[in-house]
Amino acid sequence: MALRALLTKRAPTLASGLGPFASAGGSGTGWQGLCHARGLKVAALPDLEYDYGALAPAISGEIMRLHHQKHHKAYVSNYNDALEKLDAAMAKGDVAAVVRLQSAIKFNGGGHINHTIFWKNLKPVNEGGGEPPHATLGWAIDTDFGSLEALVQKMNAEGAALQGSGWVWLALEKERKKLLVETTANQDPLVTKGANLVPLLGIDVWEHAYYLQYKNVKPDYLKNIWKVMNWKYASEVYDSEAA
Amino acid sequence: MAMALPLAYASSVVNPFEAGRLSFSTKATKHKKHIYQFRKVTKVLAYYGLANPPYKLDALEPYMSRRTLELHWGNIHRGYVDSLNKQLANSPLYGCTMEELIKTTFNNGNPLPEYNNAAEVWNHDFFWESMQPNGGRLPWGGVLDQIEKDFGSFSNFRDEFVHSAMMLFGSGWVWLVLKTNERRLSIVRTSNAVCPLVWGDIPIISLDMWEHAYYLDYKDDVSKYVNNFMDHLISWHSATARMVRAEAFVNLGEPKIPVA
Repeated sequence: MALRALLTKRAPTLASGLGPFASAGGSGTGWQGLCHARGLKVAALPDLEYDYGALAPAISGEIMRLHHQKHHKAYVSNYNDALEKLDAAMAKGDVAAVVRLQSAIKFNGGGHINHTIFWKNLKPVNEGGGEPPHATLGWAIDTDFGSLEALVQKMNAEGAALQGSGWVWLALEKERKKLLVETTANQDPLVTKGANLVPLLGIDVWEHAYYLQYKNVKPDYLKNIWKVMNWKYASEVYDSEAA
Repeated sequence: MAMALPLAYASSVVNPFEAGRLSFSTKATKHKKHIYQFRKVTKVLAYYGLANPPYKLDALEPYMSRRTLELHWGNIHRGYVDSLNKQLANSPLYGCTMEELIKTTFNNGNPLPEYNNAAEVWNHDFFWESMQPNGGRLPWGGVLDQIEKDFGSFSNFRDEFVHSAMMLFGSGWVWLVLKTNERRLSIVRTSNAVCPLVWGDIPIISLDMWEHAYYLDYKDDVSKYVNNFMDHLISWHSATARMVRAEAFVNLGEPKIPVA
């Protein structure tokens, strides 16, 4: 009982992103410890494998810092908050509350999933960012799109045409072992477009991902992000899923 | 407000003096021939224009910076106008008023490609006029009465508006609308470019919740942006004028039936 009170009391400060666990490292071992004790696994903000400024000039350090420390952290906090409320609603059998929480879970959970993939998708130039794919993924791209340039052009076109907020994905259709370009709206994860779709690369085309640096010139952002694209990660995922 | 404006005649070959003299010509065949030529060389074009906001671009400082307006109005809004004109150049939808165009292209929920541009042009015009320098604070008179009637109190309305804005997932707009069927004020949240006009409701105030509207000034601090809008930018003058116009279409009053 006291545990629950402690958890619910902490929730509002976490949701604002400025709570006691505001460090970039994680959402706080205390919170996680308590939740693990009850079997509820909460999300944690993953660390980046590179400095905030390491992707400049393709993506500025200011954007990376805000994107990771504010936006992604807010998705994590709000997801944990919603998950906590969901757990309580399920325990009480409050169906209306369970249904009402779905959109918050989809949005914030999706945001967490998408951004976790996104950080892995990017790599500083001096660590291999921008190096084109070879071997299996390279051949698959040539087969399904004609060439890497054609794929990049297609993804950029879809990204530029996307109205509002969303993501552009290079997806692997697991059943047919085919590569596809897909878009999702808001923070919908790729699986909402098909249960067999595996994300290889994702580009965040929400305005917060580029506005400070590129202003409203989204095509420039799309052109430059390929310079820091981590094709190695995409190849690894492709090899493990298309095997 | 953006509206269809006739562009000057596309050809400068017609000499106005000659044209004037034509009407006095007594030779019927010559007259006919000139009329034919006249029709051939002239072409009336209609297009949608970018209207200026009703204040200077730095007038909303420090709550909305000049830089934001330069980009938001000068690039983004202008971009929508240019894209719309390009789309309509060879389209059968040519020649509508903006409101007609929005309702037609919304197509009952299956929007045509022109919808996004048309609606965004209208939405942004409406948004600039929903704000003013030294705005905010409280409405007065009929608008305040109606808000108190439909929300309980002004602070209830304010809280609900701010909450609605904070709960918006993705890009969109928050509106104070007068619902024509329910004959009451209501707060509505729409995604991307959707505009309450398509449901036949009458918008009174709008707030742009797309990130480009606040990101330069507030970064991710959405709550500060929305609160500043409510406290310092919202134009109750515009709201009053719109309500007055809306009352011509929606009967808000209760009939005063005299007791005999």
